[in-house]
Amino acid sequence: MQLLTQRKIVNGLAISLSLAAMAFGLMWLIWILFTVLGIGASALSASLFTEMTPPPGGQGGLANAIAGSAMMVTLATLIGTPVGVLTGVFLAEYGSRSLMAEATRFINDLLLSAPSIVVGLFVYGLYVAKQGSFSGWAGVIALALIVVPVVVRTTENMLTLVPNTLREAAFALGAPRWKVIMMVTLRSARAGVITGVLLAVARIAGETAPLLFTALSNQFWSLDLDKPMANLPVTIFKFAMSPFPDWQRLAWAGVFLITLSVLAINIVARTLLTKQPEH
Amino acid sequence: MTTPQDTQLKAQIQVKNFNFYYGKFHAIKNVHLDIFDRRVTAFIGPSGCGKSTLLRALNRMYELYPNQRAEGQILLDGRNILDREADLNLLRARVGMVFQKPNPFPKSIYENVAYGPRIHGLAKAKADMDAIVEQSLQKAGLWNEVKDRLQESGTGLSGGQQQRLCIARAVAVSPEVILMDEPCSALDPIATAKVEELIHELRANFTIVIVTHSMQQAARVSQRTAMFHLGNLVEENDTDKMFTNPDDQRTQDYIMGRFG
Repeated sequence: MQLLTQRKIVNGLAISLSLAAMAFGLMWLIWILFTVLGIGASALSASLFTEMTPPPGGQGGLANAIAGSAMMVTLATLIGTPVGVLTGVFLAEYGSRSLMAEATRFINDLLLSAPSIVVGLFVYGLYVAKQGSFSGWAGVIALALIVVPVVVRTTENMLTLVPNTLREAAFALGAPRWKVIMMVTLRSARAGVITGVLLAVARIAGETAPLLFTALSNQFWSLDLDKPMANLPVTIFKFAMSPFPDWQRLAWAGVFLITLSVLAINIVARTLLTKQPEH
Repeated sequence: MTTPQDTQLKAQIQVKNFNFYYGKFHAIKNVHLDIFDRRVTAFIGPSGCGKSTLLRALNRMYELYPNQRAEGQILLDGRNILDREADLNLLRARVGMVFQKPNPFPKSIYENVAYGPRIHGLAKAKADMDAIVEQSLQKAGLWNEVKDRLQESGTGLSGGQQQRLCIARAVAVSPEVILMDEPCSALDPIATAKVEELIHELRANFTIVIVTHSMQQAARVSQRTAMFHLGNLVEENDTDKMFTNPDDQRTQDYIMGRFG
């Protein structure tokens, strides 16, 4: 009887402690979210989407930064996704335990945890310095380099979750390996792979460091990828640090937009994953 | 029940001098065995005796995994399927397989059956494919149960239906041999009876090799039985003889449930 009471007390203690830890963590998150949404929402206006980033003290919007960010994130995703998915397929389906695969996995994990400023400097040295100017393409390359390891990891993880019995079923029918992968394995893991891509998009949407050395920024409307390109993160960085209240307000609005889109992407990814059919 | 003394009986698969290794572990030792055309051959024996291993060598399923190696010969209609040059995909079209746990694809019932024929280009027009799907489901005794919901997911069927769907999927490619790896171990008695009934019907058109842990099932469905123990083929003979008057004491003991 005494043992039972003791267990109940310990159990209650463990639950309260973990609840307290959760509340502490969540508090900051919610605080950040509400501050951003609160101040950001008050800075919202239609001109945000129609006018260019203003000179100090002037009125304006974020149109060029929004367009630049959208363009670079889209292109980086389009370039990084196929590379990432194919590498993930190699790791899960072809290489598995080979030395080549192990090495790739190790390097990929390094890349995954490498500070993004490293990627930015790398592209600066490799591309920007050689070209002689900051450019949209440089930004795209840097962001794509961040997309790849994320997609590789999730693709491999999702493919290894596909039960071997399913692969055997397809192989037993005489299906060649690439058809098994295309029609059975990748298809079963589809929702998970798409989720990985979405999470990569969410990740690069807010990346500042790699763009600081590559796309830099642009005061004007420009969709020329060979020229410096405006984008939300660098604009936020620049405007938030400035002494001008108008710029600061625009920075908040930019933060608001990024937070909202990342939130939306995460919600979509989450629903996709839970809708994944049972095997 | 027919016996191998029948004149029309021909060995469709001849296993000769067969050895199998998992890494360094010698799992099958020097097995010789004939599997007869359009007969059901049952592989029996205690767990780890090598019966499933031999079954999975007959369509070279083991090649999906590293460190597994086969030596010797397995002749299918006189040709060695273990040859490096032998086409794996073609081999698996000729030797189909049904697994222990029903494993339909997460696709519609129709697509499950159409998968094999589509890979091998067996149907030119949609109508041909419809016909193959219908015939295969009929051969698997599933047509009447699913004909009105062919577009529903195959994974939504009951366990027994899923297993018959897997049989239909194997049959759709028109193989010569069907390998069954404990096909009823995940099924209830009624579903098991249906699959066994089906095996009787399929015997008219296919050579069947079945691995089973159920002595009663081996006795019910097979004409030939091969008994394995510790990687050796203990004895193989007509099922009637094996279950009434086996030559080897180990077979006698196993059938009586004294070990295994």
